[in-house]
Amino acid sequence: MGKLFAVILVVIALASAYPIVTHMYVAPPDISTHGHAIDEQLNDTMLEAGFSFLAAQLLLALFIWKFTGRKPGSPLKSLPGGARALVIFAFVLVGLEILGLGVKGQKAWASVYFTPAKADALQVQTQAGQFAFYFRYPGADGKFGALHPDKIDEGNQNFFGLDPANEVDARDDIVTGELGIPVNREVHLLMHAKDVGHSFFVRELRIQQDFVPGLDLSVHFTATATGRYEIVCTQLCGLGHYNMKAYLNVMSQEDFDKWLKQKASEQ
Amino acid sequence: MQESSVQQAHVHAPPEGFLWKYVFSLDHKVIGKQYFALGLVAVFLGMFLSWLMRIHLVWPNVAIPGLGLLSKAGAPGGVMTPEYYLSLLTMHGTLMVFFVLTNAPFAAFGNYFLPIQIGAEDMAFPRFNMMSFWVTFAAFLVLVTAFVIPDGPPISGWTAYAPLSAVGKDAGPGLAWGQNLWGISIALFCIGSLLGALNFIATTLDLRAKGMTLMRMPICTWAWFITACIALLAFAVLLPACILLILDRTAGTSFFIPSGLVISDHLQPHSGGSPLLWQHLFWFFGHPEVYIAILPSIGIVSHILINSMRKPMLSAKVIIFSMMSIGFLSWMVWGHHMFVSGMNPMSSLAFSFPTLTITIPATIIVLITLGSLYGANIQITSASLFALGFISMFVAGGVSGFFLAQPAIDIRLHATYFVVGHFHMVMGVASLFGVFAGTYFWFPKITGRMMNESLGKLHFWITFVGAYCIFMPFHYLGLVGNIRRYSSFVNDFMGPLMPLHKFITIAALITGAGQLIFLFNLFYSRFKGAPAADNPWNATSLEWTTSSPPPWDNFGDKHPIVYHDPYQYGVKGSKGDYVMQDSPEQVPGEV
Amino acid sequence: MSSITFTPVNERAVGQQGSVEAVRTGIWVGIFAITMSFMAFTSALLVREGSGSDWQHVVLPQILYFNTMALLVSSFALEMSRRYISGATMIQQEAARKGLGWLCLTLVLGAVFLAGQLVAWHQLAAQGIFLATNPNSSFFYVLTAVHGVHLFAGLAALVYLIGRLTASHSTFKRSTFKAVAIYWHFMGVLWFYLLLIFRTRL
Repeated sequence: MGKLFAVILVVIALASAYPIVTHMYVAPPDISTHGHAIDEQLNDTMLEAGFSFLAAQLLLALFIWKFTGRKPGSPLKSLPGGARALVIFAFVLVGLEILGLGVKGQKAWASVYFTPAKADALQVQTQAGQFAFYFRYPGADGKFGALHPDKIDEGNQNFFGLDPANEVDARDDIVTGELGIPVNREVHLLMHAKDVGHSFFVRELRIQQDFVPGLDLSVHFTATATGRYEIVCTQLCGLGHYNMKAYLNVMSQEDFDKWLKQKASEQ
Repeated sequence: MQESSVQQAHVHAPPEGFLWKYVFSLDHKVIGKQYFALGLVAVFLGMFLSWLMRIHLVWPNVAIPGLGLLSKAGAPGGVMTPEYYLSLLTMHGTLMVFFVLTNAPFAAFGNYFLPIQIGAEDMAFPRFNMMSFWVTFAAFLVLVTAFVIPDGPPISGWTAYAPLSAVGKDAGPGLAWGQNLWGISIALFCIGSLLGALNFIATTLDLRAKGMTLMRMPICTWAWFITACIALLAFAVLLPACILLILDRTAGTSFFIPSGLVISDHLQPHSGGSPLLWQHLFWFFGHPEVYIAILPSIGIVSHILINSMRKPMLSAKVIIFSMMSIGFLSWMVWGHHMFVSGMNPMSSLAFSFPTLTITIPATIIVLITLGSLYGANIQITSASLFALGFISMFVAGGVSGFFLAQPAIDIRLHATYFVVGHFHMVMGVASLFGVFAGTYFWFPKITGRMMNESLGKLHFWITFVGAYCIFMPFHYLGLVGNIRRYSSFVNDFMGPLMPLHKFITIAALITGAGQLIFLFNLFYSRFKGAPAADNPWNATSLEWTTSSPPPWDNFGDKHPIVYHDPYQYGVKGSKGDYVMQDSPEQVPGEV
Repeated sequence: MSSITFTPVNERAVGQQGSVEAVRTGIWVGIFAITMSFMAFTSALLVREGSGSDWQHVVLPQILYFNTMALLVSSFALEMSRRYISGATMIQQEAARKGLGWLCLTLVLGAVFLAGQLVAWHQLAAQGIFLATNPNSSFFYVLTAVHGVHLFAGLAALVYLIGRLTASHSTFKRSTFKAVAIYWHFMGVLWFYLLLIFRTRL
């Protein structure tokens, strides 16, 4: 039975690795300026983790094959080098992996979070609520009107709780249901949660960030390919969580200007 | 002045009558069995819920017979609503993490075998021990009550993130009384676990038999002891968190709820609270909880493997120190659950490095175990199969942790099925493999009868292959970006992934059905199994020196004296290739 | 109380249930867990102070200082009791009676402390400051309540001790007495800590 176990273990290990090696299940191509660092980091980790996985499973299979079903009284042997060699091996190998991956990963992380958005980045605010995203552009004055939670009125399409009657800044704000952005221009996305925790995730953009009620968070990114991409919520937010999504519409600068004008006229 | 009683021989008298013998028993062995039974009920309930969820995910419109009776609102006509899916998801996670993965490897086996393995007559505080079980049992009853109340179980997941879990009924179904019951249940569970942990620690430190030095304790005793130390700290933090959550929900305080929230068109009457505070408190418990689930299984598996290999580990000491360092590091890593939660990005890096560092002791444990297999004479039994399977699962689930420990990669994988695959394999399946191995190994000691080996091996093959078929594909789904906690997949890209989801569901149904073999074997062997000798596995530690099952005071009138390290295998003893811990005979080469 | 009839029995041998070591370990482990819980409450308080702009000063009721004194004296009384009861190998009736007296005083002072805490709540409530009024009052009520529950357990232990001491044929263990004493003093220390937090943060 030991031999059978060893064979099954090898089959399982190889079968587990097969879809990874053949790229059977892969994420969509990256459309951001920072994403390649993340992808590279993931691929490097996959190499090391995959190697560790296969090495351990195959070694386990080998030992099970060799050391089960031996004749009673067969002499016991001990691994040359003993525990000390293995401990040193683990410290050196894993230590190097940690240092290598950790330092490199820090760069990938830094490219997303440690550089502030440029001053000329397009400012857009997004609000997440059960179970929809809304987006707001500051309009010609470049200023967002203040938010008044008590004025939120979904029936009257006042999703953000704006007060245009009393506030000049709010009058030219443009509110949309999809996130239209120009290609190759940095976008500074200001995040606001209306009710509970949500998250902003665009797979192609390699951006995921939670909305935390009461906290003003933001992300910034530059999209490099036009097209429509799904924005989904990844933080459990209630019964409609699975269906909470919107679209990211990346357009050329001209298309974007037209689109924004169109949206402004619809307000 | 009167001279009062002389020193009592026993901490408590032999129990009389059914109620005191089997229900409100002070005997750690009965309490261990009670924990095991509770874990068994919880694991089958939890597994059943996962079946319902898996079926709903791939055949969303199929009416599940009888489900409509369980919840008229949640599953009208047997077809699950999105909110009922989330209710089941919450209950599945809560049952499995608390009532299975904490109860079975730690509380059940630890209670039964820790005192025996150190040569004690019972736990240090038997009354606290009894209370710890009954409080835990009450916690279970409170939790499952959520199934039958009109509100239904909560939909906020086992992590109960505020403010979804804190604001009450406006946020959705199950978030009124369902969530209250959840909070009360977990608070009770904390109290039960704290009492248990206190007992484990005092017992290990002070009740060891003569000659049982700390380094002569079996690896699993060490694992339970280290786990108890972790549990003491972890549950001492979760309890305050639960109290504050319950107050936010019922007393109108604002610990976790900020101002200006508009939910179901209601401006919530709260101000200034911090949702991240809940996450910090919860994960400060939550990450150590992972080690509460896995360390006892590492201990149990090592204990069993050494017996099956007929030779000691290359170094039991290194394994013990590795477990200690895992326990120690577990306090510095909770933030890795919150990389994209809006923490300061600097702290993400600060949490990332200790998380990656845990890989070192974990790797050492795997390497020592693998290295010890070299040159062994491995006996194949159901117990040793599950122990060997544990190594495979622990590695498979462990390597994916290397991805999630890095904040940059977490941007892609957070909240996807990759995470689900990771923790199910390493904390769920691996830990349960330890429990299965322990059950097959210790069943003869507990019941005096052997378990059926053929059924045990069949159970192993189904479970081992099945677990890989279920949880490996989760990783692939996650790499594509399949989000977890969705009750159905409306995303544009999900089409090509549905065949894989169907494969997982079918694998889950088969593997789950395979567990019925285990259940049958338990009951069948309990009554019809072959009678077991006192030491059927030719093992060395103290639990095998007493009768099967042990008498109520564990060792009868004799008090064991310990002369050896726990694992004297591969030596020339009078009984064969091993020398038992309480045997006075000399072992050549032992210091 | 005409006569007190109790004798300290021999402590259990090492390595048995209820042995001196196990009880002592148990009480310190328990204290450790309670400390951890209050650390969690404290960090919650510090995070909460920084998270909102609604942090408002709470004027502590003066009676808290009286309560503090009562708790302080109760610890002293308990030590006096321990000196009489645990000091000698053979307990003289006179000493035992004195010890029991001090123990009862400890109990009364403990009860006075708890009653005083209730008065403090009442005074705050009379000013319109309730649990949910502001975060500071929330923490005040929660922390005093959790401390009170733990102190109440200490009172129950004192009642148990007195019961053991006055029962006609009873065993009496010094280790239990000592454990209760450690716990009771810890309750005092914990209260000082809380008072310090209240004074500096609330």
